[in-house]
Amino acid sequence: MFRRDLLKTMLGAGAVFVGGLLRPVKTWAVWNDAAFGAENLQSALDAYYPDSEVVPSDGITIGVRQEIENGAVVPIKVTTDLPDVQSIAIFVDKNPNPLIANFDLSPRCKAFVSSRIKMDQSSEVMAVVMSRGKPYSSKVFVTVHQGGCA
Amino acid sequence: MSTIRVRTKLKDGVTTVRAIIRHPMETGFRFNEETKDVIPAHYIKLVTIKHNGDVVMSCDWSRAVSKNPYLSFEFTGAKSGDMLQLDWLDTKGKTDSVETTIE
Repeated sequence: MFRRDLLKTMLGAGAVFVGGLLRPVKTWAVWNDAAFGAENLQSALDAYYPDSEVVPSDGITIGVRQEIENGAVVPIKVTTDLPDVQSIAIFVDKNPNPLIANFDLSPRCKAFVSSRIKMDQSSEVMAVVMSRGKPYSSKVFVTVHQGGCA
Repeated sequence: MSTIRVRTKLKDGVTTVRAIIRHPMETGFRFNEETKDVIPAHYIKLVTIKHNGDVVMSCDWSRAVSKNPYLSFEFTGAKSGDMLQLDWLDTKGKTDSVETTIE
């Protein structure tokens, strides 16, 4: 009985401690309405990286086929040599909303992410890597035969 | 049944995570062919992956991530038998979560 009470007290105290005092662990990423709602690439970039200019970099590799039959499923992989990568985001210039996805990487992650996206039409695909607090970009043109946003 | 399928592979200290989530990822741009009504947008916005309770990856997604989303990434610092947890949240406030053991 004593042990159970002690356990309860400890759990209670733990919850208060974690919930009330320190919140170092971000449980959910923060969804940026302005950036995701932006209807062209530049305003999406401005909303997502408000304090910095996105600088082109050779250190980012976008793995995507140059020609896609069905835009509903476009496999994409981004890797980078840039140091201390904090996030990797994917943008498609000609989609109705260019910001497709952002991945926040913990310091333990390898600088790599892979997913599948939809493309409305042939377009440049841009990856933006946040490295040491600064955004760097790379882009590649992808031809799409059948749009996949419908 | 869970909407989430996660596979992990631990090799040379690097854990590779591959996940597929069963979800329509409706854009809100599609029409029902019979009724001509717009099919409302319904997509996953947030995905979080934790290793032993520690967030290793969190994702913000738009409607332009493909139906039945796929995600793969790699991280270090895990050992065999550790717990990996994946959570998602969609635009209707629905969530799902799965825990798996790293192998």
